[in-house]
Amino acid sequence: MLRHMLRRSLFAIPTLFGVITLSFLLMRIAPGGPFTSERPLLPTVQAAIEAKYGLNDPIYIQLINYWAGLIQGDLGPSLVKRGWTASSLIEAGLPVSLELGMWAILVSLIVGIPAGAYSALHPGSLVDRSLMSVSVVGIAVPNFVLAPVLVYIFSITFSLLPVGGWGGGSYANKILPVASLSLPLAGYLARLLRSSMIEVLAADFIRTAIAKGVSIHRILFVHALKPSLIPVASFMGPAMAGVLTGSVVIERVFAIPGIGTTFIDGAVNRDYFVVLGALVVYATLLIVLNLVVDLAYAVLDPRVQMD
Amino acid sequence: MQVYRGVSTPRMRIYGTILLAIVLACAFGPYFTGYGINEIHWDYVDHPPSFSEGFPLGTDSNGRDLLTRILHGGRISLTVALAATLVSLMIGVMYGAISGYIGGITDEVMMRVVDMLYCLPFIFFVILLAVLFGRSVVVVFIAIGAVEWLDIARIVRGQVLSLKHKEFVDSARVLGVPAGKIVRRHILPNLAGIIIVYTTLTVPRIILLESALGYLGLGVQEPMASWGVLVADGARVMDTAPWILFFPAAALTLTVFCLNVLGDGLRDYFDPKTK
Repeated sequence: MLRHMLRRSLFAIPTLFGVITLSFLLMRIAPGGPFTSERPLLPTVQAAIEAKYGLNDPIYIQLINYWAGLIQGDLGPSLVKRGWTASSLIEAGLPVSLELGMWAILVSLIVGIPAGAYSALHPGSLVDRSLMSVSVVGIAVPNFVLAPVLVYIFSITFSLLPVGGWGGGSYANKILPVASLSLPLAGYLARLLRSSMIEVLAADFIRTAIAKGVSIHRILFVHALKPSLIPVASFMGPAMAGVLTGSVVIERVFAIPGIGTTFIDGAVNRDYFVVLGALVVYATLLIVLNLVVDLAYAVLDPRVQMD
Repeated sequence: MQVYRGVSTPRMRIYGTILLAIVLACAFGPYFTGYGINEIHWDYVDHPPSFSEGFPLGTDSNGRDLLTRILHGGRISLTVALAATLVSLMIGVMYGAISGYIGGITDEVMMRVVDMLYCLPFIFFVILLAVLFGRSVVVVFIAIGAVEWLDIARIVRGQVLSLKHKEFVDSARVLGVPAGKIVRRHILPNLAGIIIVYTTLTVPRIILLESALGYLGLGVQEPMASWGVLVADGARVMDTAPWILFFPAAALTLTVFCLNVLGDGLRDYFDPKTK
């Protein structure tokens, strides 16, 4: 198990290397630069600024310099925002995005798992059918459509919640973004759990447990839930990645100052080091999440052998 | 014919018909609405839907007929999605087939590369490409197609692995058929079902991805507008003119929903186990 984890973590290094090198080259061959603006600078001034940031060194030297900085935890300066470094911009945005993502995942688990379990226990009932219809709608409506519609209903028509902004992280500001992020996820989870649980409940070991007189609650929560959660666990990896990346759009809709906003602004302004820094953070998060899901998988399914 | 009968449940027929209607409307509708995509009517800015005035879905904030814009937007969204799906299919099928058929160390290396690419934050690459290389349709669909091929590569590889030791493949090999021809003539035709299912499920994913890009202002540019751009435009003025948000949103959601239903139905037919 430990060895498996170690191998996966080692695997992350070439991945990160690839991500950074690729995006570094992409950014540099793209037209435009951080200092091209409507009012062009004097060529000598521009050359001086570029020299200050080492932007006119050969590209491979720049790449090596960037790597050297990265290993020491230095993500480089911001080329566009004065007084900011890439790390300080990311430190400002990341907690906001993470908090949003955590809430979204928590809410979708709290909503999706009971809904799926209930539907599996009462397949074909009225509740089951309405839950499943709601979940289909939740899956089909993209979150950048859901979000403005929610804003229209709750903020504009009924004036219950703020239209956008982060408000220093107050709950009222979080409700709509979290709802838009978690509804599709909850729908997916519910459907997934329903189908896997129906299958598990039909298995022999459940019949044996019933025959032995095990209480219905124990059967449900101890015997049936764990194996039913296996497909859910394997779905959670991509799902969490989806929440993290989906939050880019949601951050835009609600004008939330998260890392997605930092990334897009950086890309638009050619703020090279900020974009690279944000990509490093995202790639690391994805790798860590995949590791966590692997672990959860092994805990839930004893058949999974990890060498 | 047999496949058609198996797939053709009432549910599939209903949603298939709706989808066909949407596709036909987007393809031919713009010729019949009587307005150009960028035809501006200053007297009818933010005009609510009204048949008698000649704007059945109203007008947008620039006084353009919303129905015409939605139909044009559908053309763009659907075309981009189809083209990007084809790009990803071509890359994915070739990659998966080669990896699975050759096997051994080649397979190992090629699949490790796929594993690695799975760890990339893809939407960021698409955003990066769209920002850096201009906001044209071509860039958008190449960017999306190039990152969406991983799933199909894995699926095709798995299928090829299980097919390549079947008797009919062995006999072709014994008869001296070259490897490329075996893959093309004997293995790929067996994957048709899976490829069809994958295509129907990928198209809606790409529609959503492209619309999200459009929403962020990184998709195709004015006066062209995909559904995502129209939703974004609508979201800006929803407090005074909600129909500008609701109609494009409905068109987008309905199309994605129909495609998902069709894809699920096809999957149930070709692979009853996953039902």
